[in-house]
Amino acid sequence: MENIICACGHSNPYGTKLCEKCGRPLTEEGKETKVVDMRYDGMAIRSKTYNKTFIDKIWNFFSSVKVGITLIIITLVAASIGTILPQEMYVNAPEANKAEYYEKVYGWFGKVYNNLGLSDLYTTVWFQILVGMLAISIIVASLDRGIPLHKSLKNQRVKRHESFMKRQRIIAEGQVQNPDETLDKVEQKMTELKYKVRRDGSALLAERGRFARYGPYINHVGLIIFLAGVMLRLVPGFHVDETIWIREGETRAIPGMDGYFIKNNEFTLETHDNKPQGEQLAQGVNVMAKNYQTDVTLYKQPEGALPGDLDNLEKVKDYSIRVNHPLKENGFALYQMNYRLNELKQMNFNLVNKANEDESLGQIEIDLTNPKKEYDLGNGSSVEILIYTPDFSGFENGEPQTKTSIPNNPAFLFRMKTPETPKGEVSFVEIMKPPLEPLGENKYRMKFAGADTRDSSNFTIRKDSTVPILFVGGIIFMIGVVIGSYWNHRRLWLQVEPDGRVLMAAHVNKNMFSMKKDLDAVTSFAELPQYEDQLEKPEDAEKPKKRGIKKKEGDSTL
Amino acid sequence: MSLIDISGNLLFVAFIAYLVATLLFGGSIKQSNATGKNTDKWGKLAIIVTIIGFLSQLGYFITRWIYTGHAPVSNMFEFTTAFGMFIVAAFILIYFIYRLTALGLIALPVALLIIAYAAMFPNEVSPLVPSLQSHWLTIHVITAALGQSILAISAVAGLIYLLKVVDLKKPSKQRFWLEAVMFFLVVVIGFVVATSIFSAMGYESNYTYVDKEGTERQITYNMPPLFGMNEYKAVEEHGMSPLVEMPALINAKKLTTVVWSLLVGSILYLLIRLIGRRRISAIFQPFVQRVNLHLVDEIGYRSVLIGFPVFTLGALIFAMIWAQQAWSRFWGWDPKEVWALITWLFYAAFLHLRLSKGWEGEKSAWLALIGFGIILFNLIAVNLIIAGLHSYAAS
Repeated sequence: MENIICACGHSNPYGTKLCEKCGRPLTEEGKETKVVDMRYDGMAIRSKTYNKTFIDKIWNFFSSVKVGITLIIITLVAASIGTILPQEMYVNAPEANKAEYYEKVYGWFGKVYNNLGLSDLYTTVWFQILVGMLAISIIVASLDRGIPLHKSLKNQRVKRHESFMKRQRIIAEGQVQNPDETLDKVEQKMTELKYKVRRDGSALLAERGRFARYGPYINHVGLIIFLAGVMLRLVPGFHVDETIWIREGETRAIPGMDGYFIKNNEFTLETHDNKPQGEQLAQGVNVMAKNYQTDVTLYKQPEGALPGDLDNLEKVKDYSIRVNHPLKENGFALYQMNYRLNELKQMNFNLVNKANEDESLGQIEIDLTNPKKEYDLGNGSSVEILIYTPDFSGFENGEPQTKTSIPNNPAFLFRMKTPETPKGEVSFVEIMKPPLEPLGENKYRMKFAGADTRDSSNFTIRKDSTVPILFVGGIIFMIGVVIGSYWNHRRLWLQVEPDGRVLMAAHVNKNMFSMKKDLDAVTSFAELPQYEDQLEKPEDAEKPKKRGIKKKEGDSTL
Repeated sequence: MSLIDISGNLLFVAFIAYLVATLLFGGSIKQSNATGKNTDKWGKLAIIVTIIGFLSQLGYFITRWIYTGHAPVSNMFEFTTAFGMFIVAAFILIYFIYRLTALGLIALPVALLIIAYAAMFPNEVSPLVPSLQSHWLTIHVITAALGQSILAISAVAGLIYLLKVVDLKKPSKQRFWLEAVMFFLVVVIGFVVATSIFSAMGYESNYTYVDKEGTERQITYNMPPLFGMNEYKAVEEHGMSPLVEMPALINAKKLTTVVWSLLVGSILYLLIRLIGRRRISAIFQPFVQRVNLHLVDEIGYRSVLIGFPVFTLGALIFAMIWAQQAWSRFWGWDPKEVWALITWLFYAAFLHLRLSKGWEGEKSAWLALIGFGIILFNLIAVNLIIAGLHSYAAS
C-alpha cells in the first residue's frame, strides 16, 4: 500500500484520515464534512484500513466494537442461564448421582438442563472460549486504536493547517490589533488554567489532561491482567486447594503444605441465645450459629527431617481458626469449612459373666481410630478383637461390612478368654443391639460401659499465588475507569498571523461544557473573537434556557 | 422509648417527608408550567423537605446500627431500606449539580416504593451468622448498594426522557413498554397494599407439604392461599382453601403473593386509568414537558459514569476480597455473584454502545431502564427465588 503524501509534503501511512503533521483531511469524505471525526485523531487504524488477508479479517473481527458488545451480551445471557437451576457444585448429592438428582427434583427440565451441560455451565469449554474471545477482543481493539492514538498524541505539531482547524467543532475567526500580545496573553491565561502551552512562531497549542485519552486503554489492560491471573490458576503450582478432616486431639500433616502439621486442640460451636422469631421460625431454624471455632496448634518439621518423623516438630503458633478469620502462614491459608459433633472416640466394655453382670473381670478401653489387637485384663483373662468395622452396615457372605472408616456405628467381633473358658468365646457386638454368638451360647459377654466422643473439624487449605495479580489487575482497571470517566482532554489551537488575522480551534474528547468555560475565560482575557460551536443545534439555541441550568453536552470520543 | 423504637419512628418520619417532598416537587413543576417561570419557592421547599427526610432516615440507619451492633444491611428489610436511602442520597447529590426538579418527582416515588417494599419484610433485629461477622459486611454491602443507587438515578433520568419523547397519542412499541414500566410500579404498590391489608387482618393459615426432596415441612401463609404447596394438608386454615395445587418445584406461597400483588395492582391500575382517563405515562407527561432533553440525557450518562466504578468496587472487588476470606475462594459462581457480574457486563455494554456507537438519547434511556430492571431482579428474584449462598438475605 502506498503512503499518502499530504500537500504539506508529509508522507502519511496508508489509511490516515488527517495528516499527521499539519492535520489536513486526506480523504474525500473528510474534505467534504464540516466537522471532522477527531476519534483517534485521524490516525490510520489497522482494522479500518486493511481487509484483504485472512489475518486482516480475524483482526478486524476482534477489533470491532460491535463484535465486542455482542460478545459481552452473549456472555451475559449465558451466565444468566446458569442461574436458572443450582449448579452442580451447590447440589447436595453425591458426585455420581447428580444427573439423577436433576431429573428427580426438576423433572424433564432438569434432565435436559443437565444433559445440555448447563448444570456445570461455567466450567464448560464453550463458556471459557466465550470469555477467551472477549479477552482477545479487548486486546485487539486496544492495540488497534491505542497505539495509533498514542503515536498521534505524542507527535503533535503545534502548527496545524487551516483546513484542519476550520473543521473542528469549535472555531473562531477574526482580527486582533497586536498579534504578539494576543499570543502572550493566551499563553498566560491558558497556563493559569493549567494547560501545557507550546508555541511555534505564530501558532500556539494549549493542551490539558492528555492522559484522560488513555483511560479506556488502561482499564482494558487491568482487565487483561485480571483475566491472565485467572488463567494462571490452571498452571500447576499457582493454586493449592486441599481439604482435611481432623479430630480433636489429633495431629496431622497438612495436605499441600509440605512439612507442616496441625493439631486440633478443641472445636467450639456457639449459638445465639436469641428467641427464634419471624422468618427464622417460619423456616424451622431453631438455633442460629454464632461462632464456629477450632483452636489449633501449627507445627513445622525442622529442616532435613524425614517425612514421617513427628517427634521433633517445632511449634509455629497457636491460633483460633474461625469463619472470616483463616489461619495464614507462608502464603497458605486454612479456613474453617465444616464440622462434625460428637464423633465416637473411645468405647469401653466390661467383661462380665452373664450370671453375675455386676461383677467385672476387667474393663477394656477401645480407641476407635486405633484399636489394639488384644487387651490383657490380668488374672488369666483377655479380650481379642478379631474384626473391627467402624461403620457397620450388615453382613455379606458372613463377613461384617463397613460403609466408611469413620466410627459412626462401630461393631466388633470379640474373642473373650477367662480362666473358666480358656479356649475363648466369640461374640459379635454392635451398639444398642444384643450380642450375636455365632459359635454357640457364651457364658461371658462384653457389657457396654460408656463411650467418649469428640468433635471433628474440616479445613480447606488454600494457596493462591494469583491473588496479587488479580488485585493489581483490579486496581489498574479502577484507575483506568476513573481516569477515562472524570478527566477530559482539552486542546486549543491558535494561529495569529503577523497581519492580525486570528484563527482558533478547540477540541475536547468529552464534556464540551468544561472546554467552553475555559474558552470563555481566555476569550475575554485575550480579547479574542467570539467562538462558534459548529455542532450546536439551532433548535436548542432558540429555546429559552432554564434559569440556573448550565447546559452540558454529552458528546464523547474515546 | 428504646433505641430501636426511635429508629423505627425516624424511618416513618423519613417516609412521610419523602411523600410530602414528592408532592412539593410536583407542585413546583405545575407552578412553573402555569406561570411560565420557575417558582423557586416550591422547589426549594421540596428539596429542604427531602433533605430532612434523608437526615431522618440516616438517623434510623445510625440508631439501628448502634442498637444491633452491626451495619443494618444484613437482611432483606435492612438492605432494601438502605437501598432506598442511598437513592435519595444520590438524588440529592445530582440535584445540586443539575437543579432538575423533575428528577425529584420520579426519584422520590421510586425510593418510596422501595422503602415500602422493604417494610413488608420482617423488620426484627436478628443476630449474625458467622460468615456475616466481618467488617466487609459493612464495606461490601454499603458500597454495592451505593453503586446500585447511583445507577438507579440513570434509570430515573431515562424514564423522564422517555416520558417526554415517547409519543403517547399513537400506538407504538415504545408507548406500550413505557406504560408497562408504569404498570410494574403500580404492581409494587399492589404488593404493599395486599401485604399490609392481610397483615392488618392478622391473616394466617398453616399447612404441611412435601418439598422437592421428599421431606415433609410446614408453611405459614400470610395471604389467603390461591395456590397450594405440593401435597399440602391444612393444619389450621382460614377463609379459603388453595384453588390449585402446585408441583414441588414451585413455591406456591410465593406464587400466591405474586398473584395477589398482580390482582391488587391491576385493580389499582384500572382505577387510576378510570379516574385519570389517561395512561399513567400521560398523567406524568405534563410534568416533564419543560425539561431539557440534553440535560436529562447527560444526567443519565453521568450517573452511570459515577455509579459504574462504585458498583465495580463494591459488588465485585470488595465482594471478592470478602469471599476469599469467608469462603476461601474469591469467586464461586453463586447466583448473586453471577447477577452482579451480569449487571456489570450490562453497564459495560451500555458505556461501549454510548461511547462508540453513539447510542444517546432515547436508546440510552431504554438501556438505563433495562439496567435498573437487572438490579431489581438481582435484589428481588435472586434473593427470593433462586436460592444460593446469599439467600440469608431473604429473611
